[in-house]
Amino acid sequence: MARLAGDLSLAEDCAQEACAAAVEQWPRDGLPANPGGWVVAVARRRALDHLRRESARSGKERGAVQEWAAAEPDGSAVAGDDQLALLFACCHPALDPAVRVTLTLRVVCGLPTASIARLLLLSEPAVAQRIVRAKRKMRDAGIRLRVPDPGQRPARLASVLRAVYLTFTEGHSPHGTSAVVRDDLCEEALRLARGLHQLLPDEPEVTGLVALILLTSGRSPARADQDGSLVLLTDQDRSRWDRERLDEGRSLVEAVLARHRPGPYQLQAAIAACHADAATAADTDWRQIAALYSELLRLDPSPVIEANRAVAVAYAEGPAAGLAILDTLAASSLLARWPQLHIGRAGLLARCGRHQDAIAAYHHALALEPVSAIRQHITGQIAALGAAPAPTRET
Amino acid sequence: MKYIALLYGEPGAGPAPGTPEFMKMLGEFQSATAAMADAGILVDSSPLQPPQTATTIRVRDGETQLSDGPFAEIKEQLGGYYILDCADLDMALRYAAMIPSARYGSVEVRPVMEMGPP
Repeated sequence: MARLAGDLSLAEDCAQEACAAAVEQWPRDGLPANPGGWVVAVARRRALDHLRRESARSGKERGAVQEWAAAEPDGSAVAGDDQLALLFACCHPALDPAVRVTLTLRVVCGLPTASIARLLLLSEPAVAQRIVRAKRKMRDAGIRLRVPDPGQRPARLASVLRAVYLTFTEGHSPHGTSAVVRDDLCEEALRLARGLHQLLPDEPEVTGLVALILLTSGRSPARADQDGSLVLLTDQDRSRWDRERLDEGRSLVEAVLARHRPGPYQLQAAIAACHADAATAADTDWRQIAALYSELLRLDPSPVIEANRAVAVAYAEGPAAGLAILDTLAASSLLARWPQLHIGRAGLLARCGRHQDAIAAYHHALALEPVSAIRQHITGQIAALGAAPAPTRET
Repeated sequence: MKYIALLYGEPGAGPAPGTPEFMKMLGEFQSATAAMADAGILVDSSPLQPPQTATTIRVRDGETQLSDGPFAEIKEQLGGYYILDCADLDMALRYAAMIPSARYGSVEVRPVMEMGPP
């Protein structure tokens, strides 16, 4: 109803009018067969009348009203679109890009302010203030809750995709909980991504994001052990992976890459597909993964991607080669406070036989307060390193 | 709802008066204005005389002070405005983008505050 009317207050007004009409007509004409449906239908008609009056000003707007009028009145067909309309409104280009993601996570995905703050590396009051200001701008500037016309969609797509991606990231490595995976958030992100894919089947990055979520969440069943502790990719029981999900993701990414319009989500999905294809960790095609990370780095030059490439290089060419890249990154201030970088360094240091350096790097990571599942993993690694005698160097 | 589109530009940013480009730009202003009028959303619109013609007035402690020119030295000068009555922001932005100033300078689109009855 809110999407149909394009703004929340109009929807409320029309619903009230419909209820008033019911009070007047039902005692006179008798109760309709479906009273709830009757109220919705009347409210809908009132809203359409209002929109028709508004839209008489412009022929273009009339088309939009006709489109809404053709939708099913029971609401079932537009339920998914309601969410999408909200998503596009929250990612309106008139809002600052950083604000769009914050607003989407709060309004569309229902994430608590504290989670958003950790996810976006902001303070909680800063997030709360952003949300208040953004809602005020949406209301006062007249940003409507509706799926934009086809011509306006691409401009809003990048921030919509990023918001969905960040939602998935929060679900896949949640903050503020001891759970290793939060399926509710992962499924919410997948639902949003699928909805977008249905709406925009020809946008390669939308397909890429759906594939990425399928290929990553397909591994979730093996991401925690019986005690609920994190199990890293290399140690996972691959028979527990969700094959159906991985297969769907793989066929999507293969089809979209064949269109030769690569983008960051498609490349990340391709990397996830490499992992899905490996029967054991040792079978992983790390050279291919390192090459995909290089391509990704070209499209999106970020130190986080460089760090991931370093890990792939370490597996493809030996730990020393990967460590050299990570050491350079650790020296720059950008990633110095990112626990994963120090965990990566620790792992490679251990494989180089430098156990004391590895333990120091793990402690460095712990000091940066990683999420609890990661913390448990690190303490386990430190215990193992402390107990084990220094092995001979890997060749 | 009503929106005001404020047209800003640095002096000399657009085509120079008297050139064919200038005449073309005037034509584009006319067609933008005509499109708004045809859509029934144009409330008012006008170019402004240059900032040198402005007088700024302040009343402090009951005393009226006048000064020559706009209240502050800014690089981009206000050169004109459109008031549009649109269904939503998207519609206002679509029409504001037709104004040539958007290419040579910038157009600030702001909702006009709706005042209820006193």
